Formats: sequence, C-alpha cells, structure tokens
Amino acid sequence: MHLARVLGRVVATAKYPGLEGVPLLWIQPLDENGAAAGDALVATSAISSGPGDVVSWIDGREAALTCPVHFVPVDAAILGFVEQAARLGEVVARQES
Amino acid sequence: MLIGKVVGSVVATRKDAKLGGAKLLVVQVFDQQNKPKDQYVVAIDAVEAGVGDMVLYATGSSARQTDRTEGKPCDAVIMAVVDSWDLGGKNVYEKWA
Repeated sequence: MHLARVLGRVVATAKYPGLEGVPLLWIQPLDENGAAAGDALVATSAISSGPGDVVSWIDGREAALTCPVHFVPVDAAILGFVEQAARLGEVVARQES
Repeated sequence: MLIGKVVGSVVATRKDAKLGGAKLLVVQVFDQQNKPKDQYVVAIDAVEAGVGDMVLYATGSSARQTDRTEGKPCDAVIMAVVDSWDLGGKNVYEKWA
C-alpha cells in the first residue's frame, strides 16, 4: 500500500459492467516524506474522499477486491482516509485543516 | 488506471490465436492537466471506445479481468470512456466542451 493525495474526480458514464457507482479519483502518489513522487493516476475509491485528502491506496490486481464486484479491470484503489502519517516520529502528511 | 486518447486502431490478422476477435486500439497517454505525453499503448477495448475518445485503461494482470480479455495475453484494457474530470473542483476536461 502507498500514500497519496487526492487531486480531483473523473466522471465516466460508459464504464465496464460492475463499476457502476464506483468513484474514480485522480491521485498523486506521495513518497515516505510526504512529497509528491511519480505521475498522477486514477484510482477507484472504497471510501468517500475528495480533493486535498490524504489517502492510502493499493495497486495491482488486488485493487479490484475493494470494488463491489471483484471481476473488474481495476489496477488502483483507494483503501483508507489518512488523518496523519508519521515517519520516525516526524509527521510527513496530514489532512489539510 | 491511466487516462489517454484513442488515436488509432491496430489490425493484425496474424497474431496469437487467443487474441482472435479482440479490438486493438492505440491510446496516447494524457496527464491530469489534459496534456498529451509522448507515450502510447495498444489496449484491448472493452467498452466500445472509438478514435477521439478520452478513455481510462487498466494495465497489468487487472487488464485480464473482463469477459473480453480473460485468459488472453493482454496487459492493457480500455475500461471506461471519460466524460469529464476536475482537479480541486476546477474542470480540466469536458468531452462535450
């Protein structure tokens, strides 16, 4: 699993069957220091989250297991809402108040 | 998943037998600012996408989790046609604009 910050929302009415009602969000992966690292990507979301939120997310085939229907072509999914992430006692990411 | 624009299609009569009947589309990768990258993938279409459509595609083993790609040698599948997306609430792409 990794950390990311949510950037925005994607709307797609024509989706593969089984993905109805599943949110699609642009996320920016964060490194261990909470800094943006790598390219942004689109993930499904198992929780309700919006731009600015810090979240944990998973990639690969396991991402599809967070969807209501598991046999779906999903390779990235937000799992959780992160209030605060710390590394060696130092806060590296937290929700913007 | 990543976002890209369908820029063409691939016709290959001599290919792996398991790929028979698969619709192969060429997708140019776009970033979250709706800027094209110099990066292309060939993906199997699972949602009737056409040239000019902005689409979402999944890669890796997740790409084989559709009725059209299951058990096929496929690592990229188009699984949504994008209508719009926003970043921080500001619209960045609109299909009908």
